[in-house]
Amino acid sequence: MNKWLRSLCWVIVSGLLTVAGGSLAVAGIEVVEFSQPELRERYQGLIEELRCPKCQNQNLADSDAPISIDLRQQVRTLLEEGLDDGAIKRELVSRYSDFILYRPAVNRATAVLWGLPPALLLAGVALLVLLRRRRPQPATSSVLSTEQRVAELLADQQQEHRR
Amino acid sequence: MSRLKLYLPLALFALLAGLLYRGLNNDPTELPSALIGQPFPAFQLESVESAERTYSVASLDGKVTLVNVWATWCFACRIEHAMLNQLAEQGVNIVGLNYKDTRPEAQRWLVERGDPYWLNLFDPRGELGFDLGVYGAPETYLVDADGIVRHRRVGVVDERIWAGELGELYRRYAAEAGDE
Repeated sequence: MNKWLRSLCWVIVSGLLTVAGGSLAVAGIEVVEFSQPELRERYQGLIEELRCPKCQNQNLADSDAPISIDLRQQVRTLLEEGLDDGAIKRELVSRYSDFILYRPAVNRATAVLWGLPPALLLAGVALLVLLRRRRPQPATSSVLSTEQRVAELLADQQQEHRR
Repeated sequence: MSRLKLYLPLALFALLAGLLYRGLNNDPTELPSALIGQPFPAFQLESVESAERTYSVASLDGKVTLVNVWATWCFACRIEHAMLNQLAEQGVNIVGLNYKDTRPEAQRWLVERGDPYWLNLFDPRGELGFDLGVYGAPETYLVDADGIVRHRRVGVVDERIWAGELGELYRRYAAEAGDE
């Protein structure tokens, strides 16, 4: 019994070590230092929302492309310079265009991007309403109760029988 | 009226097909530049030749010019270089922006492969690169005589590109500047 417990302990400890080692390895890729701890949180939020210009669909946080490393560095510098999030995004948009933002501001270039989905949804709903209204309402009299149908079927059968 | 309505699905299909066909020819890796119609960003950079010579945006000198972003680590730049040499021979103004590179390697490249540039800017940290919105070499910007960015090409400049929009715009702005 004691043996069992001991080996179980070993399994748990080695498992924990593996997990800890793994997270250490991840943290080892890039160490970003900040003068104030709250900047780190904003940094993380920004690089998750900014898009890597070289990759088709990755944010700066997930991308290993050299340009993403540079841009993360730029974001850090701008944060340390005391710019707020909006100003940092504007700095990047003025160089890399709206592409850099995963949630670009509504303007002439992005109007279709933002407007088309709700417009299509509205068109779909409108079409549905129109089609429903167009369809002739089934007359209430044509809806038969079960008893009426049974009676009808019986009558039919009797007629068959007579022939 | 109801006859016409029968053709509605067909019309919708044609519209969608047209849209998707256009999408096929779009290159999703080519981003619009935020700098078109904007003045070329200010900079203060050393030359590739020596740390003692520095250039600023005034060094562009009111010339209609291409600004070519290149690096020795950039494979496509090798392919592009012969074309740039050819263009320089034809009298096209090209400024070289050596991007995130080392000076000795950049100098060796220019000796070995020829130097088509009338200015050689050295940007080891990618500062001007960041201001231009460079995301991959090679890139080529067209700057007019007033220092306004008019066009950007991401990727290799070859015969086809030079015959297309980039070359056309260059010739047009060069002709305008020549008239003044």
